[in-house]
Amino acid sequence: MILDSKIPAGPLAEKWTKHKFNMKLVNPANKRKYEVIVVGTGLAGASAAASLAELGYNVKAFCFQDSPRRAHSIAAQGGINAAKNYQNDGDSIFRLFYDTIKGGDYRAREGNVYRLAEVSVNIIDQCVAQGVPFAREYGGLLANRSFGGAQVSRTFYARGQTGQQLLLGAYSALSRQVANGKVKLYPRTEMMDVVIIDGHARGIVTRNLITGAIETHAAHAVLLCTGGYGNVFFLSTNAMGSNVTAAWRAHKRGAYFANPCYTQIHPTCIPVSGDHQSKLTLMSESLRNDGRVWVPATVEIAEKLRKGQIKANDIPENERDYYLERKYPSFGNLVPRDVASRNAKYVCDEGRGVNETGEAVFLDFRDAIKRDGEDVIRAKYGNLFDMYQQITGENPYQVPMKIYPAVHYTMGGLWVDYNLMTTIPGLYALGEANFSDHGANRLGASALMQGLADGYFVIPYTVGDYLAQIGTKPVDANHPEFEKTAKEVKDRIQKLLSINGTKSVDYFHKKLGKIMWNECGMARTAEGLQKAKAEIRELRAEFWKDVKVLGENEELNQTLEKAHRVADFLELGELMIDDAYNRNESCGGHFREEYQTPEGEALRDDENFAYVAAWKYMGDGAEEELHKEPLEFENVKLTQRSYK
Amino acid sequence: MKLTLKVWRQKNSTDQGGFVTYPIDGISTDMSFLEMMDVLNEELTEKGEDPIHFDHDCREGICGMCSLYINGNPHGPQQTTTCQLHMRSFKDGDTITIEPWRAKAFPVVKDLVVDRSAFDRIIQAGGYVSVNTGGVPDANEIPIPKKIADEAFDAATCIGCGACVAACKNASAMLFTSAKISQLAMLPQGQVERKERAEKMIAQMDAEGFGACTNTGACAAECPKGISLSNIARMNREYFSAVVSSENL
Repeated sequence: MILDSKIPAGPLAEKWTKHKFNMKLVNPANKRKYEVIVVGTGLAGASAAASLAELGYNVKAFCFQDSPRRAHSIAAQGGINAAKNYQNDGDSIFRLFYDTIKGGDYRAREGNVYRLAEVSVNIIDQCVAQGVPFAREYGGLLANRSFGGAQVSRTFYARGQTGQQLLLGAYSALSRQVANGKVKLYPRTEMMDVVIIDGHARGIVTRNLITGAIETHAAHAVLLCTGGYGNVFFLSTNAMGSNVTAAWRAHKRGAYFANPCYTQIHPTCIPVSGDHQSKLTLMSESLRNDGRVWVPATVEIAEKLRKGQIKANDIPENERDYYLERKYPSFGNLVPRDVASRNAKYVCDEGRGVNETGEAVFLDFRDAIKRDGEDVIRAKYGNLFDMYQQITGENPYQVPMKIYPAVHYTMGGLWVDYNLMTTIPGLYALGEANFSDHGANRLGASALMQGLADGYFVIPYTVGDYLAQIGTKPVDANHPEFEKTAKEVKDRIQKLLSINGTKSVDYFHKKLGKIMWNECGMARTAEGLQKAKAEIRELRAEFWKDVKVLGENEELNQTLEKAHRVADFLELGELMIDDAYNRNESCGGHFREEYQTPEGEALRDDENFAYVAAWKYMGDGAEEELHKEPLEFENVKLTQRSYK
Repeated sequence: MKLTLKVWRQKNSTDQGGFVTYPIDGISTDMSFLEMMDVLNEELTEKGEDPIHFDHDCREGICGMCSLYINGNPHGPQQTTTCQLHMRSFKDGDTITIEPWRAKAFPVVKDLVVDRSAFDRIIQAGGYVSVNTGGVPDANEIPIPKKIADEAFDAATCIGCGACVAACKNASAMLFTSAKISQLAMLPQGQVERKERAEKMIAQMDAEGFGACTNTGACAAECPKGISLSNIARMNREYFSAVVSSENL
């Protein structure tokens, strides 16, 4: 299959406008004849469901949480980018586009990224109109701050709770459509499979998490807005329930999975403290605006610190190494996430880590508090400081924070074309669930932007174009394919429940996570990846022989829910490793130790790897087939990323 | 740490339910409360007993999914969410009682899991500004004094966990409802539907079976996000001025 990205021809700045005009429209009277399924109610899902319902489509929205408001978008802290140039500091749509392409280490499509930058300005207008309380200046206008990977202040924010406020905005729009009867909500309902009829996505199979009932839903189009797969690492900043199941089942039904190895390791998370840990907590990247990252200048001082013989505040200025400021004078502490993470790993590998495990660096606010006063810092980051203190028991106003990188976001996802359609007609992927806009590394404050761009401003146009072409004939909910797919889901549940082995689901999940983190995390090698592949295959076989899933299907059964998700992670993990092994270069979040510059920076191979790797599922246990979508750059020059 | 846990077990919504006592050992002070529950559940699974069901998701205090009533306080002894409560708040040898939220409008689903969809229906009754996607003015065309924006923000930080209802002897949802009404009543965007919103949301709140407010303030004292009691005062004002000048006769 030739992957057609469907990027419209013509100058970059006119592609989206031209495309919008060329797409077919569904007339208002016909819109009510269409059913659209939206799976997931985070920023992408809630905004898509609300916007499509406003247009007149009949929408069914599904989420596994007890309320759509709980989707993990809610946890995003720092902000959302938009090329408003309210600060008069040289921002523009082209600059946001350029920063995003460069930040992604030239592994994203120009056309998609430009559209993202273009609609970013509409997002802010939309959210403000909904009553989202963004931070404001005393004159009453919106405030901005700067964020990693950019030299302008274009990030809009709502204290450290931007994701929450944006999601509640989208949730309110969704709730309004529920009240209007245009959206039917299915909370505590998990998508188990997608139903394909004559090559088109025509519905889904779900499990009611309270009763265990397996149900089928028919529709003209299915939108997967189901987030990322960071939980394949067990420990990540994702919510406990975040999973790959919807996307993975779609993959197994024919949707290609793109760039699975592109994982973002966020530099500022609270370090791991013990084996019992269930998740990692992010400290917003915005903290790097005022916090300075450092470790002791020598291993000896670091050792004393780890033994508790000295304290951080006792270490004089000349014995501190502000390594980001030293190595990258022009971006300093605001280098992109992948660069910041990798450098934290380097200094810790050298033995200069600052906590008992040796895997932590300092993020110090001493100088900022001296400069601006504690009140100013509290106003900017108060809730983050409180959260840090709650978790660690240390007061960051008095002692420097300790941070370490953790898995945070997955740039890879289902392959989609410019219309956000996967390789299965009628099946779309939005937000983190797709692969499209961030290349090999996502810049801070761009995830919220992409989720809302896809949901509010892209899908309402592109799904209409598809629906107009397939006609208004209702989908036959009694087509045998529905029952067949439902039966496969039921069989799998029975299989999981009947193994009755000796090891818990978490046992397998933790083991998988360790393999992934060690061999497919911040640094990867061909040798390590090969080893990991064998280990995962073994672990997967053991899972299906020896997992213990108690209880039954016909009840609320959280172990069964987890077992489904972990079973899918065990398959996805192998594909991530294949993808990382195939990509013989380093780019963004994908760092192969064999491919680096003398200074230890990622060394791309544009001649051989400037492509999207899209993988096709070939059957259980079979090697997946690689398809390449070449990336063409007409408007930016590919250079070695430099933040010096 | 060695602890004794008295946990509410209830098979489903029709089961009567009751407390079951579990001893637990080897708990470190660094663990979060839910990680302690994870340890217990692993032990139960090993023994072939059904693990304790409880709601949780983000585990960073923002999604509002976790909901345990611990030793007589929603989210436990500190003014935070259960997921942010750490075992250093307890002492070796403590007995900890863990219950679900108790309210007529929050029926128990299983064990410690309750149904909070009543909150969604209150928001659906009017907790929004009726603007469609697109066709809105430029964001800076609606200047808002910083003080008002900040105050609206304080109300908007509600995470919808339901601790206010669980804390209240009347199981009242006034703090939750008033937070949304306040946020939108303060902002210029919320003015057009201001009266109708207050009337409809309060009517829905009553219809769900939440109790009335008797100003004990337990809700605000237990709210993990510090939502202020003054929101209830504002909501009452909004309600009275809405009904006396109501167009819905």
